[in-house]
Amino acid sequence: MYNYTVFDKDFVATRAAQFRDQVQRRIEGTLTEDEFKPLRLMNGLYLLLHAYMLRVAIPYGTLNSQQMRALADIADKWDKGYAHFSTRQNVQFHWPKLRDVPDILEALAAVHMHAIQTSGACIRSVTADHFAGAAADELSDPRPTAELVRQWSTDHPEFAFLPRKFKIAVSGSPQDRAVTKFHDIGLRLVQDATGAPGYEVSVGGGLGRTPMVGKVLRGFLPRADLLPYLEAILQVYNLIGRRDNKYKARIKITLHEHGLEDIRQQVEASFSLQRARFDGTDQDILARIEADFMLPAYKTAPISAFERQLANDPSFRAFSETNLHPHKNPDYAIVTVSLKAHGATPGDASSAQMRVLAEIAARWSHDELRVSHEQNIILPHVHKGDLPEVYKALQAAGLATANIGLISDLIACPGMDYCDLATARSTIVAQSIALRFEALKQEHTIGPLKIKISGCINACGHHHAGHIGILGLEKAGVESYQITLGGDGSQNATIGKPTGKGFSSDEIVPAIERLIEAYLLLRHSASEAFLTTYRRLGPAPFKAALYSAKERKNEL
Amino acid sequence: MPQFSAPQILTANDLLSGEVVYHTKTGAWSCRHKDAAIFDQPNPAADCLKEIIQNDASVVSPYLVRALPMHFREAFRAAGPSNRFIGKQAGHT
Ligand code: SF4
Repeated sequence: MYNYTVFDKDFVATRAAQFRDQVQRRIEGTLTEDEFKPLRLMNGLYLLLHAYMLRVAIPYGTLNSQQMRALADIADKWDKGYAHFSTRQNVQFHWPKLRDVPDILEALAAVHMHAIQTSGACIRSVTADHFAGAAADELSDPRPTAELVRQWSTDHPEFAFLPRKFKIAVSGSPQDRAVTKFHDIGLRLVQDATGAPGYEVSVGGGLGRTPMVGKVLRGFLPRADLLPYLEAILQVYNLIGRRDNKYKARIKITLHEHGLEDIRQQVEASFSLQRARFDGTDQDILARIEADFMLPAYKTAPISAFERQLANDPSFRAFSETNLHPHKNPDYAIVTVSLKAHGATPGDASSAQMRVLAEIAARWSHDELRVSHEQNIILPHVHKGDLPEVYKALQAAGLATANIGLISDLIACPGMDYCDLATARSTIVAQSIALRFEALKQEHTIGPLKIKISGCINACGHHHAGHIGILGLEKAGVESYQITLGGDGSQNATIGKPTGKGFSSDEIVPAIERLIEAYLLLRHSASEAFLTTYRRLGPAPFKAALYSAKERKNEL
Repeated sequence: MPQFSAPQILTANDLLSGEVVYHTKTGAWSCRHKDAAIFDQPNPAADCLKEIIQNDASVVSPYLVRALPMHFREAFRAAGPSNRFIGKQAGHT
């Protein structure tokens, strides 16, 4: 893991002290809300429906047990005993009091964490594959790159006031688990024909009001050119990105309006000037960062306990089938801990659960945890021989739900239960779907399926990228849910298509049930996943399941 | 300014706690929706809002909203989140 340098420590400590002073001045009345708001947002402090919300950065989703414990302590001491892990690999506290926030920032700084650049029109906290450094299919660990980008973008004076927020994601595997194609910049670690390392750089992806799949700006960018190339992209965007209309201010619209070729030319022109300014210091820093991300010292031990448990315990077997992922080291496994117990709020963990996760990570996962954008927690390096004990500890904490990748492993933004921008609730829909299919005992029969739910068009719940997406809107004074089908956040990034008119909160779960019934009848075999069936047949049979013939006719 | 179509109440979030608060008859703020003063006429409502924006630093983002029927967003603000029993509905602040 990356270790803070003296510089990093000073920087976050100074920011926390500055914020203490700013809060004090706000409370005394020498700062107005208009003056204070941008300052609090720069430190991740929002005001939502019921309370303030502090969004804490977990860069590229990586944290250690000490940090997880500190988050649990914050939840107990200054919040309501839980935290929400978000689709941006961050963690949110939904009930802090203004006076306490400087203390929280200090507590975070003590464990090398902060809330900087988790809001505002700047380069936001960098995200990455949550299996980074562990996945069997990985070409190279994306986190050193993500950390380099974090250092470069933190407090970057030129990019503190961009036209709009800017999100960068990095993936190091052919299987894109970091949704890179739906980010402002998506970086995929690749090699050229000679085996030299570099990046495929995509630009202009995004969800929200105008969803777009990122387009490849450079198929192969040599590794040493990364920062000057990013500087070039950001400079061009900073200059020509629209500031007259916030709905047209993201780089996806800039790219759409100017065209890929024009942007490419401008970026290349800027890059040729930028390149000379980088003398290789960045690559020295990258080499130092890489040393922090060395593989842990794996142990050599028998895995017979794992095999015995598999043979004897059906619930452990079910857990192993869904929640384990192949690790680089065949004696190890990556464990995904579901934060989606049936009926729970996706992404929420109690402080007690967070402490258990910290304890397990310290004992059995080389002290590492990850937060996934799918709102689960990952134990990236667990020796298979330890899995029975890990499973037992998870079970005791209500954390052993065996549903990863299944219908109840759905992602949902906080929606109108917390968010002031929401047009409808999303967690209640997630909870109801999970409970319904649990009651039907159908989720293993259904197989791999990603449902994603957002409480408004901003799409924090990635609904466009869901095999089934659900968007909560307001219609005539009540909540209404629009369904999209066929979305995909993987390397085959696809934007889901709306099916037609929305469903009320009473109708949405039965509508999803009808979709699933149709899929189960239509699929070739149990091994044909929902998305594959949908791609084979198109939307028509699914629309027929959702709407009456009359409704479909009216749509035409 | 939205058209005044029905009796309104004035609501905001408390600066220190962030909690949803309602403007009462005495001019104080209450965390209970039922304490909210109801404005039957547009002018006093708008004047009161203006006055608060200018002079009351104890709250953030004050606004006027239709008193009844309550929009579902306002119902959640008045009660707390529907997914957890931890807001005003549980007597918590
Ligand atoms: S999608 Fe909308 S409702 Fe959900 S968290 Fe984002 S802004 Fe809030």
